[in-house]
Amino acid sequence: MAVDESRADPVEDKSWISVTINGSKQDYLVEQRLSLADFIRNQVGLKGTHLGCEHGSCGACTVIIDDRAVRSCLMFAVQSDGSSIETVEGLAIDGVLSPLQESFQANHALQCGFCTSGFLMSLVARLREGPIDTESEAREALSGNICRCTGYSGMVAAILEQSNSIQGIKENS
Amino acid sequence: MKSAPFKYYVPSEIDEALELLYQLGDEAKILAGGQSLVPMLNYRLLSPANLLDINRVSELKRYSLTDEGLKIGAGVRQREIELSPEIELAFPVLHQALTNVAHVQIRNRGTICGSLAHADSAAELPSVMVALGAQMVIRSGVGVRAVKAEEFFKFHLTSDLEPAEILTEVHVPKLPAKTVGAFEEVTRRKGDFALVGAALLGQWDANGQIQNCRIVCSGVAPVPLRLRFAEDIVNGTDLSDQVLVNVQQSVMDSLDPTEDIHTSSHYRKIVTGVVVRRGLSRLVDQRGAANGSR
Ligand SMILES: Cc1cc2nc3c(=O)[nH]c(=O)nc-3n(C[C@H](O)[C@H](O)[C@H](O)COP(=O)(O)OP(=O)(O)OC[C@H]3O[C@@H](n4cnc5c(N)ncnc54)[C@H](O)[C@@H]3O)c2cc1C
Ligand code: FES
Ligand code: FES
Repeated sequence: MAVDESRADPVEDKSWISVTINGSKQDYLVEQRLSLADFIRNQVGLKGTHLGCEHGSCGACTVIIDDRAVRSCLMFAVQSDGSSIETVEGLAIDGVLSPLQESFQANHALQCGFCTSGFLMSLVARLREGPIDTESEAREALSGNICRCTGYSGMVAAILEQSNSIQGIKENS
Repeated sequence: MKSAPFKYYVPSEIDEALELLYQLGDEAKILAGGQSLVPMLNYRLLSPANLLDINRVSELKRYSLTDEGLKIGAGVRQREIELSPEIELAFPVLHQALTNVAHVQIRNRGTICGSLAHADSAAELPSVMVALGAQMVIRSGVGVRAVKAEEFFKFHLTSDLEPAEILTEVHVPKLPAKTVGAFEEVTRRKGDFALVGAALLGQWDANGQIQNCRIVCSGVAPVPLRLRFAEDIVNGTDLSDQVLVNVQQSVMDSLDPTEDIHTSSHYRKIVTGVVVRRGLSRLVDQRGAANGSR
């Protein structure tokens, strides 16, 4: 295996990674013990990804990596080398909220908002796999994240509204 | 909290990984999906000097389903196995158990072999693998050995693995024709570790009697617990309501389950009886299908 000189460790406990974040690719030098969540927040500067528990229980840190929702507190940044990462900042385009975010707002699916980015990223990944048609499917889709404020009803309503409108668009086209 | 510093190794070949592990000895921890290990690093329950990330070893990322059965490499995520329709058809009990392991976001990273190596007594996969009669394929710098699932789990969070060994693959033998199965559990919250789980397998014979029944419980003892006394009660019966009542009672009378912060031993005993009865009635539901068109 040829050694890429630019990637040779300048400092022993750091590594170069190359990642695509919300569509733009860049190289970063990361400390090996740095969690992906701390990397996204503090090194990339995207503060929309939140940290609640830092041990995998709450889902606040959920991001999408190569199309799959994962806990960014349970991965090291160095492990994401070569992957494509999506965070909540990638959802709105030119300041215009995505339809799912619109539905969240319209259905009072958030109160303090601390959990919201994690829920959105879990749901974006889930909705790419197929529509959510029933309340029980909606609750299943929400089950990997915790919200301490809303009681989830607003989120269930937002998901069903969203899924219906995606279906509607498909059927009408 | 954040992990303490460690030296990070990311081999791309299995031999390289084994060599590193041999050199580093018990100063190293294997990092697979990280869904159990990273929480422990973040809590600083563990602070290994070296972390050996096996996620880039391409040889370990494979799984195969053949006439002999299912082979799952150490790099294969729980979610990959869950989403395979062929595996769901061949091993429904494995699929059902997987949907009960944590949450989608965890299964997207967590590996099958990582869960087995971690050997949590409440985890679903160890009891399923015992019920399925799986074999663990274990490699080190000096060779390969195979261990039966039934002998692999030693205690809560303790398996037969030595520090310089990698569980490279798990083999699940093909099930005999007409095998039916079920996985049942009781959990306080969706996605939590269950209070009690049960993996059940068996075959309906031509007389409508269940044979070769296997009942393996998680959460009841420090290792997956095969309830042989319950299997003896049900084998050769039609699993009538009366048989189910008898088994449930016998499970409650015989067990002395683990007591922990989640629940008392007494409650766990009652729940185990219920979970076993529910699992058996799911086998009853499949009697027609097993003897019908297939
Ligand atoms: C919120 C939450 C809920 C959860 N709920 C459940 C649940 O309901 N049921 C359940 O079963 N699990 C649950 N888990 C645990 C999850 O299933 C883990 O994915 C799994 O236990 C470990 O697999 P992993 O690949 O992530 O391993 P890792 O976390 O990477 O490793 C775990 C341990 O095994 C060792 N190891 C890993 N792979 C190998 C190998 N191939 N050879 C030798 N040693 C190895 C590691 O060194 C480490 O000690 C939960 C986890 C979280 C965070
Ligand atoms: S911060 Fe990652 S799951 Fe809570
Ligand atoms: S809105 Fe406050 S935690 Fe969910």
